[in-house]
Amino acid sequence: MTKPQAVDTRELRARYPDVFDRPASARLATPAMIIAAFAILVYGLVDLDFSPSRFFAGLSQLGWITLMMIPPDPGSSLPVYLKALGETLSIALLGTTLAAVFALPVSLLAARNVVPSKLLRFPVRRFLDSIRGVDTLIWALVWINVVGLGPFAGVLAIAVSDFGAFGKLFSEAIEGADQKQVEGIRASGGSALHEIRFGLLPQVLPVIAGQVLYFIESNTRSATIIGIVGAGGIGLQLAEQIRVLEWQKVSFLILMTLVAVAAIDFISGKLRFAIIGRRAVA
Amino acid sequence: MDPALSLTGTLLRPMTTAVSILPEQQLAVLNAAYRQAVARRRLRVLVGAAIFAAALLLAAIGAEVNLRTLFTYFGNFLSYFDRIFTLENGQRVWTDAGEWFWGWRKWLRMLGETLLISYVGTLIGATLAFCLNFFAAENTSPAPWLGFVVRRLLEFARTVPGIVFALIFVIAFGLGPMAGVLAIAIHSTGALGKLLSEIVENADMKPVEGIRSTGASWLSCMRFAIVPQVTAGYASYALLRFEINVREASVMGFVGAGGIGQELVVAIRKFYYSDVSAILLTIIVTVFIIDISTGWLRGRLFGREART
Repeated sequence: MTKPQAVDTRELRARYPDVFDRPASARLATPAMIIAAFAILVYGLVDLDFSPSRFFAGLSQLGWITLMMIPPDPGSSLPVYLKALGETLSIALLGTTLAAVFALPVSLLAARNVVPSKLLRFPVRRFLDSIRGVDTLIWALVWINVVGLGPFAGVLAIAVSDFGAFGKLFSEAIEGADQKQVEGIRASGGSALHEIRFGLLPQVLPVIAGQVLYFIESNTRSATIIGIVGAGGIGLQLAEQIRVLEWQKVSFLILMTLVAVAAIDFISGKLRFAIIGRRAVA
Repeated sequence: MDPALSLTGTLLRPMTTAVSILPEQQLAVLNAAYRQAVARRRLRVLVGAAIFAAALLLAAIGAEVNLRTLFTYFGNFLSYFDRIFTLENGQRVWTDAGEWFWGWRKWLRMLGETLLISYVGTLIGATLAFCLNFFAAENTSPAPWLGFVVRRLLEFARTVPGIVFALIFVIAFGLGPMAGVLAIAIHSTGALGKLLSEIVENADMKPVEGIRSTGASWLSCMRFAIVPQVTAGYASYALLRFEINVREASVMGFVGAGGIGQELVVAIRKFYYSDVSAILLTIIVTVFIIDISTGWLRGRLFGREART
């Protein structure tokens, strides 16, 4: 093997001044950001009462809990849990679909290339933002006040909070669409609706379908938790069993959710592949 | 559209270049094939739609959807918003901001705690995810079994919702923000780990080959070939996660894991209507500010492309 020749750095420096002589501000930016981030972290740890002793005491407690969780055992309530799981899946599917159906037209209003007027877009965007700013759990509490305890409140909670999320994601997908096709439609004399239907939708529908499928998947998780406040599904059972420290049932319920989510994950992955092909998923 | 037109229409238009029109027989075969292809696709879409509709119907029964309840009580939904914007003396809340935000000192402190919870949780989670994702990504994992184990671990962390972790951690670590931070950290590790490993899977492998060909170890391959390609995406996702975690931290208080959620759930449960709107408004405005500033930061740090 021959040794690599010594590189004449002086010549390189002369040739690429941008790489070798960056201004001090650019060179210091990254370390400064890291130090600032670390400083806030330390302040946060102190302010939030983190202490090693508490941490390790908690860990050993956690170890105990984990030990008590083995083996997972539903006791005699398996049918109840299965029904709750079905409820959770239904909540996720219905909530996401409702949200997507209502979000599509609104997202058009929030997209820069469909509604050029900032005056019109701004309130729509802020409206979507305020909906997104409120967590699903809070929406669940509100809907429980309206339609009573039960899974229906969960469906509506997921629908409302995802409506905000979809509105933003869809409008971003629409803004990212290629304008050339829209211009082509306009050039051939299409109306604004034609532009959307034939210029935009074919481009964004695959993206939207992917996002909706992903949300169904992630909503299976969200649907688990809204039960904690009484909106039906498996979360209700889970919260109850945690409160009464029935750890074997808790671990069974968690496992059951994991399996269900993995199944949904698998199906939605296959579906996404079938609908849009491998490239668009990434 | 008539399929024959689609094949011949463009050809029939007057053009400067001469084009040959396919003979009738050949055209018929092509048209038949085209029609068949369209029919097949239509059938697939139709079957898909039917299955979807059936699933929806099944779900509607499972979730005890009752449209009558919805219509009957929809007024309650609207009047709820009316009630939370009314002070105890019957006036609208914005007529007396001092009375509306009577507890602002306490709420701001709780809000600060919420932000700190999400910041610390996100940072710990992002660091762990950063360390783990190279093992999870298919193209960089040093050993298949290791990749499998890490992927399952991340899946576990991401599938179990943050608030369930919080419920358990509150029992293990005691009430307070520490449980919230750890719950958010674990959940973020799972969520970010998956997203980051997906970025790595999309990364260009040529630099890795280049660096490996110099005899570099796995670690230096990651450091010098993968990390420079993916930092922008990482930071972008981490900032996005921070946004999400602020929302999540705002409900951690529901189970006693610190933050402003504690105040909110008390207000909702005890029907302190104007407090509900005041706290909600505080949370929404905070989320706005975080949203806008992280968006600005992402745009500033990585240019416009990295945002989409």
